[in-house]
Amino acid sequence: MLSTFLDALTLQAGYNAALVAVGATLLGVAGGCAGCFLFLRKRTLVSDAVAHATLPGVCIAFILMVFLGGDGRNLVGLLIGSAATAGLGLLTVDWITRKTRLSEDAAIGAVLSVFFGLGVVLLTVIQTLSHGKQAGLEGFLLGSTAGMLFQDAVIIAVGGAVSTAIILVLRRPMTLVAFDPEYAGATGVPVRFIDIAMMSVVMMVTVVGLKLVGLILIVSSLIIPSVSARFWTDRSDRLLVIAAATGGLAGYLGTAVSATAPNLPTGPIIVLVNFAFFSISMLLSPKRGVLAAFLRHRKFQVDVHLHQGLTSLARGEAIREPLTRKMMRSAGYIREDLVATGKGRAAAAKTVLDEARWAKARQIIQDEAIFASYDGLTPIEAVLTRDQIRDIDAALGAPAPLVSPAGG
Amino acid sequence: MGAEFVQLSLTPILIGILAAIACAIPGNFLLLRKQALIGDAISHVVLPGIVAAFLVTGTISTWPMMLGAAGAAVVAVVMIEAIRRLGRIETGAAMGVTFTTLFAAGVLLLEQTDTSSVHLDVEHALYGNLESLIWLSATGWTSLWDPAALADLPPELTRMAVTTLVIALLTVVFWRALKISTFDEGYANSIGIPVKTIGFALVIVSAVAAVAAFDAVGSIIVIAMFICPPATARLMTNRLEHQILWSIFFGAGSAVAGYVLAGYGPLWLGSSNAVSAAGMIATVSGLVLGVACLYAPARSRVTAAGH
Repeated sequence: MLSTFLDALTLQAGYNAALVAVGATLLGVAGGCAGCFLFLRKRTLVSDAVAHATLPGVCIAFILMVFLGGDGRNLVGLLIGSAATAGLGLLTVDWITRKTRLSEDAAIGAVLSVFFGLGVVLLTVIQTLSHGKQAGLEGFLLGSTAGMLFQDAVIIAVGGAVSTAIILVLRRPMTLVAFDPEYAGATGVPVRFIDIAMMSVVMMVTVVGLKLVGLILIVSSLIIPSVSARFWTDRSDRLLVIAAATGGLAGYLGTAVSATAPNLPTGPIIVLVNFAFFSISMLLSPKRGVLAAFLRHRKFQVDVHLHQGLTSLARGEAIREPLTRKMMRSAGYIREDLVATGKGRAAAAKTVLDEARWAKARQIIQDEAIFASYDGLTPIEAVLTRDQIRDIDAALGAPAPLVSPAGG
Repeated sequence: MGAEFVQLSLTPILIGILAAIACAIPGNFLLLRKQALIGDAISHVVLPGIVAAFLVTGTISTWPMMLGAAGAAVVAVVMIEAIRRLGRIETGAAMGVTFTTLFAAGVLLLEQTDTSSVHLDVEHALYGNLESLIWLSATGWTSLWDPAALADLPPELTRMAVTTLVIALLTVVFWRALKISTFDEGYANSIGIPVKTIGFALVIVSAVAAVAAFDAVGSIIVIAMFICPPATARLMTNRLEHQILWSIFFGAGSAVAGYVLAGYGPLWLGSSNAVSAAGMIATVSGLVLGVACLYAPARSRVTAAGH
């Protein structure tokens, strides 16, 4: 199993498999990038409507090709059909949102379910047309790389490459439009055209991904990478790079994992690899991650307790709160028998002095912004300059004598 | 055609109507709260729920599967909220991450499990099997008064009827709280309505409707009925009471028309095979919405604002 995995990773698992891996990687990159723009425009789920709207197109294309005497399973034909109804679905979402008072999410849900329902009706029509002969269109629901022809693999690779290229070329105006369409328009960016280009790439990723990931799950290639990337950066250019990287890596690893055993379908595996990246990001990201938030909260808690403890020390009051005692001990401010250490006395004196300085600073310095963010814990040196503190100290006069610390 | 109709078509039509109503009623509130896609998310995660239930019990029996599906729906709702709050990600993206992942997990589980002996596959989850819910022991309209025949009614019918009744009752009982918290959350809060609880309960009720309906008719109808009839009704009126009634009318109408078109439409066109009733019902509800978008009295935003 490991050797098949390594073979797949190093593209040694056969020509078709290698092409599929390359295609899935490019698709992941393109999906990651295109998804970023959707995500920034808060229109992520539009892609879900687009994806479900491909089904009737696939069916109509199949029926047409059969009636014209063709094979019916020609991938190019099926993909053109799927793009046609996906585009129609997109226009319908747009039309409903603009012409009626229904909100975009209702329009998305309506288009998604109705187009998909129509597709299912057409699927049953095809079943009767083909007289029990498997049309194999069910593969488009969840994707299937089994029995994929060389030509199909080429289409996926080319499609992934083209959509990635479009994004690379148009990434500047697309970013502008995603953040501030009005400003973009004012600076001469053709907003309508860029929007259409953006949705075309979304459609392209969807259509190319149909065979690989399937129409129900392809939206994950558009949504998850950009959401994962959002945890790591606040800058749009980096967002693009990270989303492209995680999307591409998920496509690559996903195809490799699914190649190791017969009953590991490619589409779901790619989705789950993507989700693994997302989970890691949400947990471990230094700025927005859950772990970081927990640590920040914990540090704040400790700071509050220490501040309380030190204030009590300075006033000569007993520390009763057990948690505060514990934290004061582990910080080395008090001994086991609750008597203040030298370090503790110094820190207590500093706390009192800082509080007095802050109180004075409020009288002297007329800058609301400084005090707006004051939480009572920040050392004054972190906010004010040395000169300002000297002025405050001068205004304060001689430091007040510290009450001699008492334990218990 | 009486006897044949009762035997083959009456129960599927009734189940279709009940499923449509059970989804359409909570759908109205979801729509007004801009949570229309919750129905979509829930119906995707039903699959992993039933697969997990099957893995645990080893059989396809109703209650474990309903419980599994309801559990998965709760997991999904909690996961969406967690991603939204902890990760500070907008709702749409959080839903997208959640339902694709859970659905993928469901498909993977299904592929890993030997389900060849039982009727459990993705297609079934999507389209349901409305056509197969026939009432075999019925011999005609008189069977409606025959206890022996009634005992043989498809269990889905009873279940769907109970679910729909419970949902309707809950809506009536909590009407005031639901209505106020949907339109003005701040005001609802200030007069002591537990807004958060109502919101969560609404999602749970929607999940129950989705799960009950899903078993009989598949997830396409569920998604379509959560959104299309309420959206159509929204374009007809500015009053919530009327909107709900309209949505019930449109939902039930789509169910009947869709079923009839799917069953008899191909015959009229000279083909002998029926098409998917679930798909056709969804399609009809969409066509009705399309017509409403063009002609309904309260369709435009200007009337909505009421100025």
